[in-house]
Amino acid sequence: MSDVAVHEADHGTHGHTTSTGLSNNKVAMWLFLGSECLLFGGLISTYMLYRGRVSIGPRPGNVFDIPFTSVSSFILLMSSLTMVLAVSAAQNRDDRGTTLWLTVTALLGATFVGGQVYEFTAMYNEGLGFTTSLFGSSFYTLTGFHGVHVTVGIIMLMSLVGIIKRSTVPGDKAEVVELIGLYWHFVDVIWIVIFTLVYLIPA
Amino acid sequence: MAIIERPTTAGGVELAPPATPTRAQGGFKRPVSTTGWKSWLFTVDHKKLGIMYGVMAMFFFVLGGIEAVLIRLQLAAPEGKVLSASVYNQMFTMHATTMVFLFVMPMAAAFANYFIPLQIGARDVAFPRMNAFGFWCILGGGIFINLSWFFGGAADGGWFMYAPNSGPIFSPSHGVDFWSLGLQIAGIASLTGAINLIVTVLNMRAPGMSLMKMPVFTWLQLVVQFLLLFAVPVITVALFLLSFQRNFGATFFDVSAGADPLLWQHLFWIFGHPEVYILILPSFGIISEVLPVFAKKPLFGYPFVVFSGAAIGFVGWGVWAHHMFASGLGPVSVAVFSISTMAIAIPTGVKIVNWTLTLWGGKLRFTAAMHFAVGLIVLFTIGGLSGVTHSVAPSDTQQTDTYYIVAHFHYVLFGGAVFGLFSGFYYWWPKMFGKTLNEKLGKANFWLMVIGMNMTFGPMHILGLQGQPRRMYQWTEARAGEGFFNLAFWNRIASIGSLVLSLGILLFIINVIKTARSKERAPLDPWDARTLEWMTSSPPKEHNFDVIPTVHHLDEFFHRKYEQDPVTHEYKQIATAEEILADQEAHADKHIHMPSPSYWPIVLASTLPIITIGVIYSIPVAIVGGIFLVLAMFGWALEPSTAPETDFDPPASGDSTKELAPLV
Repeated sequence: MSDVAVHEADHGTHGHTTSTGLSNNKVAMWLFLGSECLLFGGLISTYMLYRGRVSIGPRPGNVFDIPFTSVSSFILLMSSLTMVLAVSAAQNRDDRGTTLWLTVTALLGATFVGGQVYEFTAMYNEGLGFTTSLFGSSFYTLTGFHGVHVTVGIIMLMSLVGIIKRSTVPGDKAEVVELIGLYWHFVDVIWIVIFTLVYLIPA
Repeated sequence: MAIIERPTTAGGVELAPPATPTRAQGGFKRPVSTTGWKSWLFTVDHKKLGIMYGVMAMFFFVLGGIEAVLIRLQLAAPEGKVLSASVYNQMFTMHATTMVFLFVMPMAAAFANYFIPLQIGARDVAFPRMNAFGFWCILGGGIFINLSWFFGGAADGGWFMYAPNSGPIFSPSHGVDFWSLGLQIAGIASLTGAINLIVTVLNMRAPGMSLMKMPVFTWLQLVVQFLLLFAVPVITVALFLLSFQRNFGATFFDVSAGADPLLWQHLFWIFGHPEVYILILPSFGIISEVLPVFAKKPLFGYPFVVFSGAAIGFVGWGVWAHHMFASGLGPVSVAVFSISTMAIAIPTGVKIVNWTLTLWGGKLRFTAAMHFAVGLIVLFTIGGLSGVTHSVAPSDTQQTDTYYIVAHFHYVLFGGAVFGLFSGFYYWWPKMFGKTLNEKLGKANFWLMVIGMNMTFGPMHILGLQGQPRRMYQWTEARAGEGFFNLAFWNRIASIGSLVLSLGILLFIINVIKTARSKERAPLDPWDARTLEWMTSSPPKEHNFDVIPTVHHLDEFFHRKYEQDPVTHEYKQIATAEEILADQEAHADKHIHMPSPSYWPIVLASTLPIITIGVIYSIPVAIVGGIFLVLAMFGWALEPSTAPETDFDPPASGDSTKELAPLV
């Protein structure tokens, strides 16, 4: 989505500023994230409704490894910090700094996704499959959707590193970094909500 | 095409210079055709896309209409044999799905695409390629849903597809899979379209056009796009859950695993009720343009119409459970949703009052467009009143799942949404095609539709209150009752009505063909209109306006044509549309940079059905489709939306005033 939006730079305004003063791309990204809130809202509600519904298989309290997930959550939150550093470097026109911090952000994100894969495998081995119970279906769907969002973010970050190195970023480079940053922070914020509701509050 | 450098002898025909892409960015060299089918397939022009949306929607309107007539034929006689019970279930499911998602929504999108940029004085939408992508998505989704007819039967759970009926046990064919995945693809179109149009309206208004100087059609479309933005993701979640259950064995709606069937109902109607306003508000917008023009008066209480539209948009989120009064929500929920539903009648009533007062004391001209607009006011009010009876929960419990409901939503959707769209056809046809639809045929079209729709849906009030259940596949003479309430009689009337209705729509199609064949050009400003879209040529030039107008008034175009006498307070004409257009052409911008056509929207959209077919039949196919999707996204991202100047032939060497030979 954001890839789609990023490059439709300033046409139509052609030398004029926009009516709101904000760039089209930025407004579009905010709107998209607003829409994403409802997507995760639906998924989180489904999980909250079903988390206690286990007829067979493990219950939420039996499979969660809270210290492990706390560490991977911390890593994801730290990636927001490095993302901010990337945006700041991009605004200072520091290409080296930008690519460095984007890469670090992507690596932290990848560590989080790796942790999630490990966690899913461990849960599966403990008997919680996707089809085992309502808890299993809704847990994997919610956290899986979030994991896919992080993965898409990583792909965007790495693509951005690639096109910055080849100097083929269409439009305003700092803004492109900022927009992907918005997406990245959003995904992090959603994780805070998921981590709190799914892991920390007992079912 | 992309760069338009006008010959300095202004006023002539606009022609794009030849363009030769010098290099491929993102995989393909750009398409350059300016005529022929390629110019449509790869276009990003909002006007061409608007027409394509319209053609597609009209096709599905006819298809959905045929399905409706088959339903009525089945019910025309006792123990109908036209359709089998199973095909009947598929027929009413697909009739509703087609009409809601593949006719009214894309037709409203057609008008939005075509007229929002024109009404706000912009040259295109904010994201032209995303606009094209949206069209190809909804077309792909529509075809995909209907493919199910040929692959073992269509979806058969009714348009709201309640669980557990939608599960594999009760609906074993792949119909529901095609339905849910196809709607998912169509949903992408709604989401991208919503983002695109909101950004366009917020950011690309002509200088001077503050929000409260925007035409009402644009305003109400803005509300609709916000509703779509927030409603679509909710149905997306519901459809994902359904697909995961049917295709990957998840348990979301499996009651034996402890699932709550109400989850689907909540998710569906949280989307579904805003959806109702998504369907009707564009038509409200259209007639809010039509009525002032043909009453020769400004819209009565413009701010009230705008704010009541926004109020409908807000309150529309708090009424969804009135679809679920019979599901045992408990007295508190029922009371809350009952009251909020009554409350939403208020902003709707405000609109009805405003329209009526717009007519009051106006110099009315009863053109075909005006007929349909007035028809909407009357028929929608009838549907609105039966809607208020649903908000009263005890009464609704009697009406739930009867023909009374069917009567209600056809009055608001057919008498409301569809009449508004038809009003738009007759009003804007001269703008879009430069030819006026035949007025005489148009009025015949109107009267047949009014008579047909009242004959079809009017008796359904009686049928429903007498207890004929919705979706009943046959009735028997023995149980039809007697006298005024004889169900056989009213069913027959309804079936005859559906044929009259079809005849009306046939007249419209004949009218379109006749108009297309006629040589007669429409005048530039046939209706003495008030808004900016009438300030350019008909059909509009590719870049819409030679000069972006500076706006000083609500109804800017009217105020450029008329001036108020300071003493008598009467308006007198100071300029004609032709003079205003000639003035613009004389001062035309020399260097207009338009977005370039692209292969990527259609390429990217075509990967989606591959993925969904894969999800149903074979996962490896879905993975291949997914790889193509990612590749196409990269191609898209690497291609600048507006071709670099070096891509043009002869290369523009920085001299923006250079004359180019017109291409003939």
